[in-house]
Order: sequence, then C-alpha cells, then structure tokens
Amino acid sequence: MTSDDSTPSAALRTEALEQLLVERGLVDPAVVDGIINTYEADIGPLNGAKVVAKAWSDPDYRRRLLEDGTAALGELGFIGTQGEHIVVVENTDKTHNVVVCTLCSCYPWPVLGLPPSWYKDPAYRARVVREPRAVLSEMGLDLDDDVEIIVRDSTSEVRWLVLPQRPAGTEGLTEEQLVPLVTRDAMVGVAKVAAP
Amino acid sequence: MEGIADLGGTTGWGPVRPPRRDEPVFPERWNARAFALTLLAIRVSGRNVDAFRHALERLDRNAYLDDGYFGRWLNAAELMLTDSAILAPGAVTARARVLRGEQIPEPPAPKPRKPDYKPTAEGSLRTVDAPAAFAVGERVRAKNMSPTGHTRLAGYVRGHAGVVAAVQPAALLPDTHAHFLGENPQYVYTVCFDSRELWPSGSGTDSRPFKLTVELYESYLEQDS
Repeated sequence: MTSDDSTPSAALRTEALEQLLVERGLVDPAVVDGIINTYEADIGPLNGAKVVAKAWSDPDYRRRLLEDGTAALGELGFIGTQGEHIVVVENTDKTHNVVVCTLCSCYPWPVLGLPPSWYKDPAYRARVVREPRAVLSEMGLDLDDDVEIIVRDSTSEVRWLVLPQRPAGTEGLTEEQLVPLVTRDAMVGVAKVAAP
Repeated sequence: MEGIADLGGTTGWGPVRPPRRDEPVFPERWNARAFALTLLAIRVSGRNVDAFRHALERLDRNAYLDDGYFGRWLNAAELMLTDSAILAPGAVTARARVLRGEQIPEPPAPKPRKPDYKPTAEGSLRTVDAPAAFAVGERVRAKNMSPTGHTRLAGYVRGHAGVVAAVQPAALLPDTHAHFLGENPQYVYTVCFDSRELWPSGSGTDSRPFKLTVELYESYLEQDS
C-alpha cells in the first residue's frame, strides 16, 4: 500500500461518515434516502410558482398573501422546515426586493425548495447587501434608476419570498398557464418574470 | 462570532455566479448524502439548528470554503458529532482513508457526551408576556457588540441606526440556544437601514442609495436617541 498524505475527498469523507453512523445504528440509510427524495422530488420552486400564479389570478388571495404569508402559503399546504414565518413582499414598478442570507444561506424551503448554488456562494452573500444594483446587473437584471432596491437579509427565522410583477401580455392566460412562467430566480428577486 | 461565515459586505470575492436554468438540487451524489446526514446529525448529536449554525461558524477558512456549501455542512456535521463525543476526532478521516485502501488504525468510538438540552417546543417561535420594547417607526441602533459565541447580529450592522419596519413574532434567542443556555424568547424586529448609513461611498458600494432590512432580536437593539 502506498501511503497518501492528501486529505480524503469530501465525497469519500461523506461515505465514511454515513458508514460510521449506520454501523452504529444511529442513522437509517432509508431515512437518508427519504430526505434526499423529498428535496429532489417533492419540495421545490414549483410550489412558489403556484403561489404566484394564484396571487396574480385571485386578488383576494394576493391580499391575504401579502398580509400573512405563512397563513396564505399554508392554505396551499406549503408549510414545514425553514418556513415557520414567511413574509411575502411585492415587486412593483418603483420597488424591487431581493433576498439573501449573509450569515449562512437561509431560504424559504417549503415554498422554494433548497437554494441554488449562486445564492450560497460567498460572492452573492457578501456583495448583494453592499452593491445590489451591480450584483443584479451581473446576474442579468438591469433596473431603471428610479427603482428603489430593498435588500432583505434573512438573519432570523423569518423567511422572505418575493411576489414578482406579472409581465405584460399575460392577461389572457389562466392560472395554470401562468405557473410555468414563474422562475425561482424571480421569487428571490434576481430576475423578473418574462412573458412567454 | 467573528469569522469567515459573517460575509455581509466583505470584499475580494469576485463576480457572482449567474443563475443556470435547471440546475440540479444536488450537483454531486455526495452533496445529497451530506445534506441529509447533516440534518440527522443535529438530532443524533443532541443539538439544535442554532448549534449547527455555530458549528459552521467555527470552521476554519479552508473547511468553510474548499468544498462549497455541502462541504461545510459535512464538516459542521462532523464537528457537532465530535463535540457530543458520538464520533472520535479524526474518525471520519481515518475511515475515509481505509475506504481508499490505506491500512491504518481507526480510533475507538468514545463514550457519548451529549449536551444537557431538550427543546421546550417545536420550532423557534415562542410567546412572551412583556410587550415589544420597540414600535414600528421607531429609530433603533444595533449594539456594537461581538459575542465570542453564536449570534445573528451581522457584523456590518453593528453600531448602525435604522427604523423599525415591522415587529415580527417573538422567538427563542439563537445566541443562548446555540450553547444550551436557555431560550430567552424575545421579539424580533425588521429594521430598515439606509445604505449610506452602512457603507462608505466608493468602490464596492452602489453609487445609488438603497434600503436594506435585517431581522434583529430585541437584545441586539437599543433606542437611538
């Protein structure tokens, strides 16, 4: 056996950790599989897209969503871990909200699933609270000068969800037809929803 | 706690990554296993989410950055499990070496030493009898404090003044909960800051002013006279 001084890879260390915990009966691999499946298949940004499409189609739901996000999301069953208290804020012609967690990567899991890689990167976490307009531009969103930006740093268990503007030209679409237009990026605030 | 994790406003990170369409939730298989194992490790180690975040904060620069988000989760999981003496220090690395064919001894399993801790209820929200100390519209200042342990007072906000935009539901205090020193439930405030209060003008700061909100626990705040 040749000796190898390099630290084993994260992949190998993950395998090692799982083996150690499973062989001692502390973790059941089927439970591990179940958690993975939940966040790969069941809980994701499609949840949020349904919320937004409903808010666009039903003015009363929109009002409830902005008044009490947690309750309105609960009406659709989007409750659970990392969603104890969700506040929904609307983007308008004059105001643009964008969400971050500078301290770790907190994200409204029940309604958007797990965060995308760019949200968790040091560059986003560090810079969006200091130069949001430049960051949004790098991500492909250029806002007019007269739009006020509000950055939401999620430093407690309050979670933030952006209600993006409904794009012009979608007036004739049904709620169901609106769902696929709504992107995760728009619900975090780094993009706008485009008309089809 | 001062450290690499308190990233807000720090510089030198280069460009942000533009979003990719249809990015997989777990780009590599080990990401998925590490994620699930870490959630389970919180319970196996007898700890809580705040202690988990504090474990992330205690990682050195390399352990925090080198293997990305899931790498730091993996490292924090190992730290919680060794803190609670579920795993011996070095046990994970030793087993990983064995998995790649090295013949080395593995440390014996230690006697577990979990913290004397039990949650009083699910989640973080609690009821408090005292009224909220601050009201919407009131001007408040974040204390200029830097606890050695866990806190959710981001460094870039310390000492700065803003306006209470909302009073959020009372919640247990992460600063003490992370160390199993009690829940200390208190109101949480969404405080709105003007960017010009927080950042010097010049490079690394937007030239146009903007607003920024952060949630701050009542004990992080004082009245701004």
